[in-house]
Amino acid sequence: MDFINVIITFWPKLLHGLGLTLLLTGLSAVLAGAISLPLAVFRTTAGPWAQFPMRLYISFMRGTPLLGQLFLIYYGSGQFRAELQSIGLWSFFRDPFNCAVLAFTLNSTAYQIEILRGGLMGVPAGQIEAARAIGMSKLQAYARVILPHTYRIAQPALGNEIILLMKGSAVASVITIFDLMGETKTVFAKTFDFSIYLWAALIYLAVTTLFVRGWRYLEKRLNPHLAGHAPAEAAKPAMGTR
Amino acid sequence: MNITRRLAAFAAIATISLAAGLGAASAEDKLIRIGTEGAYPPFNFIDQSGKLAGFDVEIGMALCEQMKAKCELVAQDWDGIIPALVAGKYDVIIASMFITEERKKVVSFSDPYYAAAMTHVTAKGSDIKDFSDAGLAGKAVGAQSSTTQADYVQKVYPGADIRLYKTQDEANLDMANGRLDVMVGDVIPLLDWATKTEDGKCCELVGEPITDPAFVGDGVGMAVRQEDNELRESLNKALAEIIANGTYKTINDKYFTINVKTMKKE
Amino acid sequence: MLELFAFGDTGWGDELLKGFGVTVALAVVTLPIGILLGFLIAMASMSKNSTLHWFGIGYTTVFRGIPELLTLFTVYNGAALLLNRLAKFANPEAGFVELSPFVAGVVSLSLVFGAFSAEVLRGAFQALDKGQVEAGLAVGMTRIDVFRRVKLPQVWRFALPGLGNLWVNLIKDTALVSIISLDDLMRMTQVAVGFTKKPFTFFLAACLAYWAICALSEVVAARLETRANRGVRRA
Repeated sequence: MDFINVIITFWPKLLHGLGLTLLLTGLSAVLAGAISLPLAVFRTTAGPWAQFPMRLYISFMRGTPLLGQLFLIYYGSGQFRAELQSIGLWSFFRDPFNCAVLAFTLNSTAYQIEILRGGLMGVPAGQIEAARAIGMSKLQAYARVILPHTYRIAQPALGNEIILLMKGSAVASVITIFDLMGETKTVFAKTFDFSIYLWAALIYLAVTTLFVRGWRYLEKRLNPHLAGHAPAEAAKPAMGTR
Repeated sequence: MNITRRLAAFAAIATISLAAGLGAASAEDKLIRIGTEGAYPPFNFIDQSGKLAGFDVEIGMALCEQMKAKCELVAQDWDGIIPALVAGKYDVIIASMFITEERKKVVSFSDPYYAAAMTHVTAKGSDIKDFSDAGLAGKAVGAQSSTTQADYVQKVYPGADIRLYKTQDEANLDMANGRLDVMVGDVIPLLDWATKTEDGKCCELVGEPITDPAFVGDGVGMAVRQEDNELRESLNKALAEIIANGTYKTINDKYFTINVKTMKKE
Repeated sequence: MLELFAFGDTGWGDELLKGFGVTVALAVVTLPIGILLGFLIAMASMSKNSTLHWFGIGYTTVFRGIPELLTLFTVYNGAALLLNRLAKFANPEAGFVELSPFVAGVVSLSLVFGAFSAEVLRGAFQALDKGQVEAGLAVGMTRIDVFRRVKLPQVWRFALPGLGNLWVNLIKDTALVSIISLDDLMRMTQVAVGFTKKPFTFFLAACLAYWAICALSEVVAARLETRANRGVRRA
């Protein structure tokens, strides 16, 4: 089989895999986004001792391989099957997709807390003082002034995080999930045709590129006053791997 | 142009030296080197004294005795086991290798020395009895990836939730954890797992053995280089002889409770 | 519980330690190759020659855009295929050329590390003060002298935080090599799990080991940064 025939024969498989990759990434990114906001606010307001467990969590998540975290949750949960069954949680852990979403969400939460913390600290103090001075409550100040500003500052870095998460999600294939990477591997095992890897690479690249474009467009809409300026340090493309 | 010519010259020299090497090897007095994996109990494994042992190894030794040849064992990882045969690291592979069309393109096989069969495994007391695509629709069915059993589950159970694992160990772990409803694998190793190990107690072999030649090939054979027809024929002859004189049965009974040549209880 | 991690035939301590050694060796061998590659790619992408420039940009885009795991598989399976075709072409009678998992790991991790470090180094070069280069030339230094004594020490200083991050990422990425059967820490952990059926215990231990190297690396990186920044005036 040659480069073209491989994709003609197997495109439905790759498409299915791509769908799963996007679902895994999207779901985990959104869940992590929802969890990390209150935690990030806590991270910037609480005292050092109250923060200690969270800092430990963040350090662990960022200092260990995602593959290890995934194995820990997927195979590790099996060691506590009886306990999990007794509290009715085993049916959740039994499914590899759930385990992957859980692992990716926990991982991404750690990164997103730090990104949002950077955003929160980047809001000029004067703005917060002004909001309070005109009589806004703390909650109102957060909702109307601080958070909108935080997300504008953090938006480029959050885009990076989502790209890194999508690339990282390829490890889901080792716990039997047929994401884009998993489907690619099974096609290779059948055909021994190496061009399927090149196709997978092209698809990942296309998705990354499209996402970066879309995110930049969003960035311009969010920060119209910055249009034409050089992107901020945080806007530089993905500066890490997983 | 120049590079091509130089490569051609290099090729010519290498061919000559290789041919010389081959000549020297065949002149030696019937030393047969046997390649095996050493990681597939009970067929081939490293025993406590660090030596290769197992059913494959003992069959190989019995064949050597029958052929009155001197033999030597070589351990080799599974992934490189065929390439190393072709490269001349040893002369025959006796390592529980299925005779498949793919492999026949690269090596020649002896007559099968035991029958290949796969089996279904379920949890004890499982209500799954119907091993058809309809019967397993939506069920979690697992197998080791890149194997004949992975081919089998993907082709025969398109309606099932297929899970493929890198190793049989990982599949066994998920079977024991109850993540899999059904697992498909080779009969003998799974029989070993289900009857002799702690975590295998959860589960049992069920249904008829899968012997469809489209998936399991013609059985398990010894592989030799395609040009080594002479060795292949003398192995076949010796195999027939050790089956006739009872040596095969002695070795078989040492390891198994069924006859692995027929996969039936006697 | 502790006896599971004992050394010798009864526990998995020695096996895991060996795996740990392979993990560290993989990262340590990859680092200089990756930095050198990153340096060359950074040079290419800053080059005035448009072919080189676009090669540099293309390289970083590709290797930062696809999953590390995919790069690894492509190298492990693809490069082996390519090597064998070349060997067969040079000598039709040639035996099988094997690309060991370690070599495949080093090659693919270097390719990825090269792409990311190229971006870090490019940023560092662009942050250099042009006036210093001119000053160096004005006092009679040769271009090589300027590069060695003015540019490099500062590029090092600017690039250090970024490279430190990449080193931590590299250590974590080595775990992926377990998937192509290199006996690194993650793989030895899987083997131990296969025997002991204690996945949580062993994967947690492995994660703690990775965490320890990463934490240690951060401390060392911070020291190096302080050292590289000595004599820099703070605003």
